[in-house]
Amino acid sequence: MIKERHLNTFVLGLLILIPIWAYLNDEPFIITLMTRAVIFAIAAVGLNLALGIGGFISFGHAAFFGLGGYVMGILAWHSQSYVTLIEWPIIFEGTKSMPLIWIITIVLSALLAAIIGMISLKTTGVYFIMITLAFAQMLYYFSTSWSAYGGEDGLSIYMRNSFPGLNTLDPIQFFIICSTILFIVLFFMGRLIKSPFGLALNASRQSRQRVEAVGFDFHKLQLTAFILSGAVTGLAGALFADLNRFVSPSMFSWQLSGEFIVFIIIGGVGRLFGPVIGALIFVWLEHSIGGISDYWHIFLGLILLAIVLFGKGGIIGLVCREDAQNE
Amino acid sequence: MNKPILEAKNLCKRFGSLVAVQDVSLDINTDEIHAIIGPNGAGKSTLIAQICGSLTSDEGSVFLASKNITNLPTEKRASLGIGRTFQISALAKEDSVLQNAILGAVGASGKHWGFFKPILKNAVLRDRAEHCLELVGLKDLMNQKTATLSHGQLRLLEVAIALTLKPKVFIMDEPMAGLGSDGTNQLTKFLDKLREQAPILLVEHDMDAVFALADRITVLDYGRVIASDKASSIKKNPTVQKAYLGEG
Repeated sequence: MIKERHLNTFVLGLLILIPIWAYLNDEPFIITLMTRAVIFAIAAVGLNLALGIGGFISFGHAAFFGLGGYVMGILAWHSQSYVTLIEWPIIFEGTKSMPLIWIITIVLSALLAAIIGMISLKTTGVYFIMITLAFAQMLYYFSTSWSAYGGEDGLSIYMRNSFPGLNTLDPIQFFIICSTILFIVLFFMGRLIKSPFGLALNASRQSRQRVEAVGFDFHKLQLTAFILSGAVTGLAGALFADLNRFVSPSMFSWQLSGEFIVFIIIGGVGRLFGPVIGALIFVWLEHSIGGISDYWHIFLGLILLAIVLFGKGGIIGLVCREDAQNE
Repeated sequence: MNKPILEAKNLCKRFGSLVAVQDVSLDINTDEIHAIIGPNGAGKSTLIAQICGSLTSDEGSVFLASKNITNLPTEKRASLGIGRTFQISALAKEDSVLQNAILGAVGASGKHWGFFKPILKNAVLRDRAEHCLELVGLKDLMNQKTATLSHGQLRLLEVAIALTLKPKVFIMDEPMAGLGSDGTNQLTKFLDKLREQAPILLVEHDMDAVFALADRITVLDYGRVIASDKASSIKKNPTVQKAYLGEG
């Protein structure tokens, strides 16, 4: 048994060393795979705040992931095709600037999360799962029929968006951008879990009566967590679309929402690095076994089954002893 | 005489055709312990829920320090000064004992929206939480996971959290339940001193504790107040003896 802190350091080490190794050995494909894992990790770290700490299982986080994808796609498409996006009150022709796309994505995802959250958080349990799924499905079908932006075919972006001072088309440079964002998100999430808000959110999952009896507004806690959660997952969506230079309705699909949940369960529900470990394992399996058989999900299913049956804390629960909580 | 700290006026609560609480009025004054007793199903827990806000009242009103709190949600009532302990412990069992206590201190401080600074490093709130744990004798266990505590220790942690709130009034729903005689004696002594800090509305089945502590007692039966008086008079009241205390 090792300390969770040490495992986290090990995972961080992998995230840095594997791409360096791949870069030195000229394996751009490995770097792209790692970028994919890192982006999935960001999405699932976002979801983990709602699902793991808050305890409300959103089965519709692809709504934010897809929104992020489409924000990036639409802004970049307007920019590359010189079609004005907004004519009034200001003229806005879209943008190819990553930082600007990210900011717009975060704001819009947070808004969407506020709307979905205000309605869905009135319910609990299975109803919450279903209503979040319903919202994501609505967006999915909306995107398939929105012919102005490709409908079912999606939108292709010819050039990856730009980041000041970097060549984003270079796999290692784009990886550095994405992993830096993951590290920043993890840093803030780690602080958040230990903050007053994190303490209260964590307690609200375990006993609603308790947090209300000491003066916390249960609904505000949940809604705030859902908004933050959606914003982070949305940001991951924008990066994912940029990685593929393509966005399509499949980014809204319920399978993707399910995969985010799978990452969290594999890694460890409510653990800071749980989603990161889950995403790494998922992408690794997808690549290694997926190359052998199209039915690789069977193996994923077996792993999931084993974890749910024998190790409720996921991988982290299996290899780590519990750290002292009051440090 | 001073105005009562907490005042319930003509509270009613119906569940369908069942009248759980009917026209109940009571008040609690400074330094006082006011006990509510009554057989199972008499409406004690419903009444507590109405006062604390987890159930809305069909009729009647609740005043805390002369402020009408009848229509406020639970968390507002808590921040205005109601410190409640639960009959069945409502705690974050996966968290440490200290985390549970500090949650109360954070709740009372009103600083609910910190997202960045680690709460356990907040010296003021941590001291407050540790102090309250010390008062109930749980400080040595503060690093333990709450789920590892015994039943009696969980009851004490409930009380410690209520202490961190610095409430205007304590509302305790069967704090002695399942404590054993030693535990009950200790808690009785503790509550006896606690009344100097804030008055206590005490729902309790342990009659020895009730008569040792209570200044006044309200007896409920079938949702109605059948007697409300000084503790010494209640003991002698023939209606109460018949309904509850057992004749002779």
